[in-house]
Amino acid sequence: MEVKAEFLNVTVSRGSGDGVYQEAFQVPAYDNQTVLDVVSWIQQNVDPTLTYRFACRVGMCGSCAMMVNGQPRWTCRTHVKKVSTNQKLKIEPLRNLPVIKDLVADMDPFFGKWVEAEGVHHPTRTRYEPIEQIDPQDAARTTANEGIECINCAVCYAACDTVTNNADYLGPAALQRAWTVYNDVKDADKSAILDAVSGKGGCHSCHSIGSCTHYCPNELNPMQAIAGLKRATSKSFFKKGR
Amino acid sequence: MDIRLYMAQRLSALVMAPLVLGHIAVMIYAVQSGITTAEILGRTQGSILWFLFYGTFVLAVSVHAAVGVRVILNEWLGIKGNTLNLLSWAIGIGLLLLGGRAVLAVTFL
Repeated sequence: MEVKAEFLNVTVSRGSGDGVYQEAFQVPAYDNQTVLDVVSWIQQNVDPTLTYRFACRVGMCGSCAMMVNGQPRWTCRTHVKKVSTNQKLKIEPLRNLPVIKDLVADMDPFFGKWVEAEGVHHPTRTRYEPIEQIDPQDAARTTANEGIECINCAVCYAACDTVTNNADYLGPAALQRAWTVYNDVKDADKSAILDAVSGKGGCHSCHSIGSCTHYCPNELNPMQAIAGLKRATSKSFFKKGR
Repeated sequence: MDIRLYMAQRLSALVMAPLVLGHIAVMIYAVQSGITTAEILGRTQGSILWFLFYGTFVLAVSVHAAVGVRVILNEWLGIKGNTLNLLSWAIGIGLLLLGGRAVLAVTFL
C-alpha cells in the first residue's frame, strides 16, 4: 500500500467514568484505510494501552462499532475517506452505553434488553420429533428473513435518540429480534413475545425517528420491524384486551 | 409508554381527527357572511348535538394530550414513577375541567 506524505489528525476518547479525556494522534494516511486500521495503528505504534474491541475485521462479528465523527459506524468496514473531513477523525466509544475503558463500551445493557424483549426461541417440537418443513416463500418466513442478518453491533442502539432519553426502552436491535422470532413459523409462544414488547419500555416507546434504519450497516430496517410489533400488539389488544 | 397508554393515545387521536375536520368545516361555513357571539350562542345553546360534539372532543383531547405530555415530561425532563403519574393525571383532569366548563358554557349554562 502506498504511503502518502500526509497524516490524519485523530482524536481518540480515552479513560472511563469521570476520567474521560480526549487524546490527539497523528496517523499516516493511506489510500485504502478503514477507521479500525487507524485505531490499530495507534495501538501498535504509539500507545499499546489503547483499549478497543474487534474480531473478524470483515463486518460479520459486530464487535468493532464506535462513534466516528459523532456517528455510529462499524469501523472495520468504514473507509476513512468516506467519513473524514479535512483529514480529521474523532473516535469515541458507542453512544448510549456505559464505557469500560477508552473505546470499549459495556454491551451488557444492550444484550440484557435482547433477553428482556423475549427474542429467544420457543420451540414447537422436541429433538425427538422430525424437523418441521418450512416453505421459504411463506409470508411470515419472508418477513423473518428480513431481520436475520443482524450482527448485534449496537450501531442502531447508539444511533437511537429514544434510547438516550428513555432508559427503559428496549431499543431497535432487541425489538427487531423479537419481531423476527415472532414471525418464525417454528416459534411456539408468540404471546410471550407480544407481552414482553408491550411493557413500559417496549415497542410503543418508539417515535419512528428512523436513525436505526439509517445507520444499520447491514441495511436492515428495525423501524419497520418495530412498526410490525406495534400492529401485532394492537391486534392482540383488541382481541384480548391487553 | 406501554400498550395501554399507546392505545389510549392512538384511539383518542382517531376520535379527534373527524371532530377537528368537522369543527373547521363548520367554522368556514358559519362565518362566511360574518357572525356574532349572539348568533353562535343562538345555535349552540340548548343543543345536545353540539354538547356531544365538543364534549367528545374535550374528552379525547384530555386523554391524548395527557399521554403526549407525559412522554415529553419523561424523556426530556426525566420525571418518573408517581410524580409522572400524578402530573399526567393532573394535565388530563385539568384539560377536562377547562374544556368541559367551556362546552357547558356555550351549550347549557
